[in-house]
Parts: sequence; structure tokens; C-alpha cells
Amino acid sequence: MKPAVFDYVRAANKREALQQLTEHGEQARIIAGGQSLMAVLNMRLAQPKVLIDINQASDLHYLKVENNCLKVGAAVRQVELLDRTSLVDEVPLLAQAMPWIGHFQTRNRGTVCGSVAHADPSAEIPLCLVTLGGTVVLESLKGKRREVPAAEFFQGVLTTEKRPDEMVVEVQFPLREADVIYRFHEVAMRHGDFALVALAACIRQGEVDLGVGGVADRPTLRRLPLGAELKDSLNTLAWSLGAQDDVHASAPYRRQLVRELGQQLIEDNDHARAS
Amino acid sequence: MHVRADQRFPIQIELNGRQREGLAEPRMQLCDFLRHELGTTGVHVGCEHGVCGACTVLVDGVASRSCLMLAVQAHERRIDTVESLSRDNIMNDLQQAFSRHHALQCGFCTAGILMSCVEFLERVPSPDETQVRDMLSGHLCRCTGYTGMVRAVLEVAQQRQETLVENNNDV
Ligand SMILES: Cc1cc2nc3c(=O)[nH]c(=O)nc-3n(C[C@H](O)[C@H](O)[C@H](O)COP(=O)(O)OP(=O)(O)OC[C@H]3O[C@@H](n4cnc5c(N)ncnc54)[C@H](O)[C@@H]3O)c2cc1C
Ligand code: FES
Ligand code: FES
Repeated sequence: MKPAVFDYVRAANKREALQQLTEHGEQARIIAGGQSLMAVLNMRLAQPKVLIDINQASDLHYLKVENNCLKVGAAVRQVELLDRTSLVDEVPLLAQAMPWIGHFQTRNRGTVCGSVAHADPSAEIPLCLVTLGGTVVLESLKGKRREVPAAEFFQGVLTTEKRPDEMVVEVQFPLREADVIYRFHEVAMRHGDFALVALAACIRQGEVDLGVGGVADRPTLRRLPLGAELKDSLNTLAWSLGAQDDVHASAPYRRQLVRELGQQLIEDNDHARAS
Repeated sequence: MHVRADQRFPIQIELNGRQREGLAEPRMQLCDFLRHELGTTGVHVGCEHGVCGACTVLVDGVASRSCLMLAVQAHERRIDTVESLSRDNIMNDLQQAFSRHHALQCGFCTAGILMSCVEFLERVPSPDETQVRDMLSGHLCRCTGYTGMVRAVLEVAQQRQETLVENNNDV
């Protein structure tokens, strides 16, 4: 399991990375943390001609609060977000979800934007981004800078709105709103594995925005009523996601998780806190 | 920095405290470079897709999968492997605790786990069992069942804290 041959370019900054993307288009791939891409290369599921390394692009390495958003540049690693003590106040949903992503050793290198660009349907960061109504910022050398709502960015399994000459330069998470309760929970085969079902909730007065990962081909967001109707609407939601059987879990089990875990997460305060 | 696919690039790294150089083409994984070019065969290679953790080394002090990194990416960085732990053929406290607690049988997973423990104990000097198990979840061990490892790590953490207190009292 060794990668096929490719040229390696270490981009010193964003401009250099974008130049390479323009020059080589679909033949090129960005390598950020490599925690997904390297496995893909090792198994030769992808054979790019050029690999553009953005790990040293210092102008992509920033984390800042601006315009009511937490803005995360493309070179920021997952561990940096997890280590940010103010994250629980800024984006509490993300603070709850981060420890579920892989393992300490993979978060050490994996980036926040890389997880978004990769678009795995059960990944936690894309789920939080969609649930909070966040934004993905795309840039290319020739085109305009595009700010794409997360819900439009994710188009399917490992498929996004990004064009071959574009890169994800930044993702933006809306800051916490007052009077909203944020909760995250997931079920996986073992701790650190990809989620069978992951749920992210923004609970408001009388309604909840519930994001579901791991079931459909992309993170899916629905607004559900609280109270007596919740149970039925969770069932409808569970059936609407087109759950599939795979080696890890059956479709009925996934639907059951959406219903049960959903209700526990939204209504059973004690359970949510204990987990 | 641009390295052509067929070019063997002279890679300089600080390996276990010594300046080393070796040649690698872009597609060479860091784990293979460390084993085959520089001879640190303590780096074990299991799955080559990031799951088993056997290949874990420290990159600038941070525990990372060396099968998910290219050798060219390590150019001008500091790498520490399991070979850095013992001095003058004496195992360090962590290695001794692993031995004492039967935290290894075949030893295939051990080198990677030790390197994770090194960074982990720097970040979390007084961990509880849940934290240790969370850290170990990034590694697969087919032999031991992890219990001995948990005991070993907790014991070393406690010993180091005690030594720290004693040293402070001496001053
Ligand atoms: C053992 C293991 C367990 C894991 N478990 C989880 C888990 O539970 N949940 C989870 O979400 N993830 C998990 N991951 C994946 C991990 O989170 C990755 O870090 C993440 O999916 C990709 O981020 P990266 O920075 O490593 O990107 P890379 O692997 O470098 O890149 C991934 C893809 O995105 C593209 N890309 C990266 N950055 C950009 C950019 N800025 N612009 C355009 N394209 C870009 C690359 O070209 C590539 O196609 C796991 C990984 C491992 C090895
Ligand atoms: S060989 Fe690198 S994680 Fe298995
Ligand atoms: S000791 Fe054999 S795999 Fe862990």
C-alpha cells in the first residue's frame, strides 16, 4: 500500500497554493492534515499528479472572532480548536463535538477545513457547521471569493460545491446565541470511530434545529416542534433520510437511533449531561 | 519547495536529537523513510491507513501517524521515535512500567503507544483512567487487552508527580 507517484509542492502561502491549483486543476490535490487523504493515496483510490501541501502556509493559519463568527483558516488543526478555552463560550456545540473526532493522535494533525473539504457524511465538523448555519469560504486565483452556506456546500458522499481550481480558505461558525441550548451526541462502534449516527441540536423556545450525520449522504438539518409532536416528527425524520444497511449497522437500527437518541438528546436533560 | 515525482530529495531532520539526512522521493511515507533510510526500525508499520497507531512518532513533539505523513513533509522538522526513550541501554520509567505491568506481549503495538504516552503525559500530567483509555483508543493492541497499559501509565504519572513534589521540597 504505497501511493502512486506525484510531484510535491510546499506552498508558502495561500497565493502559491491557488496558483498551483489553477495550473494543474483536477490533476492536483491539496494536502492539509493528511488524515483522510494519505489513506486514500496509500490505497491508490486517488492518484493525483501534484500534491499541494498547505501545512506551512502561514497566512492560512488563523483563528479569530469577527462579525459574530468564529473564523477558522485552512491550516488550523483540530487540536488547536479543542485547546481553545474560550470555545465553550463561543461555539458550545463545536466544543461538545470536537472530542468525538477520531483520536488525540489524528486531531493533532487533521485540520478543521480539511474535514469540511473531505465531506464524509458522518464527520462531526460538517454536521456542526450545517446545524449552526455556518459558511464555507472558497477562493480561486481567477474567480471571485465565494461564501457558500454550509447546507449548500455538501452535495453528497465526499462531494461538495467546490470547483477543482478552488480551495476552502476558511470556515465560519456562528457564535452562540443567547437562550439557545446546544447539545451533541453520537453512537459509534468504538470510541473514535466514525459515527453510525451523530446528532447536533439547537434547542429554542418551542422548537429545535436537529442536525443528523451518518445516515443520509450528507449532514441533514430539520426544524422540529417541541412537546407532544416531537416523537412523531422524529419518526418522520428518521424515515426521510434514506438509511442504508452496511457492515456496521442496519437501516432499522440507524432509524431507531435517530428516534431514541434524538428524543433523549432533546428532552432528557440528565442523560444528555451524563454523556 | 517543489520536488518532482522522480526526484530523490535530500531530507534533513533532527532525529532523536541528532541531525540526520536521507533521500526520499515525494511518495515515500515518513514511516518507510525512518525505517529504510535512517534505520529506526522501532517505528512499526501495521495498517498504513491511520487506524492501528503502530507507526506513531513525535513530530515537533506532537504524536502523529508516520504512515499518514510524507517524508518530504518532515523536512527540517524534529522527529522522535521509540529509540529516543532509553539512555545507555537503560529503559525509561514508562518502558519499565510497561514491562512491570505486562503491558506488552508481542510488542508490535508498543513503540507507537509509548510515543503517544510521551506527549499525553506532558499535556495531561495527572490523568484519570478515562483519559488514559481515551488516549489509548487511538491504538490497536491484539494481545494485551489494554489493562496493563492503563495501570502502567497511571503509575508513571503518579511517580512523576511525586518526584516533582520531592524536588520542589528540596529547593
Ligand atoms: C483513525 C482515524 C479516525 C478518524 N475518525 C474520524 C471521526 O470520527 N470523525 C471525523 O470527522 N473524522 C475522522 N477522521 C478523519 C479526520 O478527521 C481528518 O482529519 C479529516 O477528515 C480531514 O482533514 P485533514 O486536514 O486531515 O485533510 P486531508 O486528509 O489532508 O484532506 C482531505 C481531503 O480534503 C481536501 N482538502 C483538505 N483541505 C482542503 C482545503 N483547504 N481546500 C480544498 N480541499 C482541501 C484534500 O484534497 C482531500 O481530498 C479519522 C481519521 C483517522 C485516521
Ligand atoms: S501503520 Fe500507521 S496507523 Fe497503522
Ligand atoms: S502487544 Fe501484541 S499487539 Fe499489542
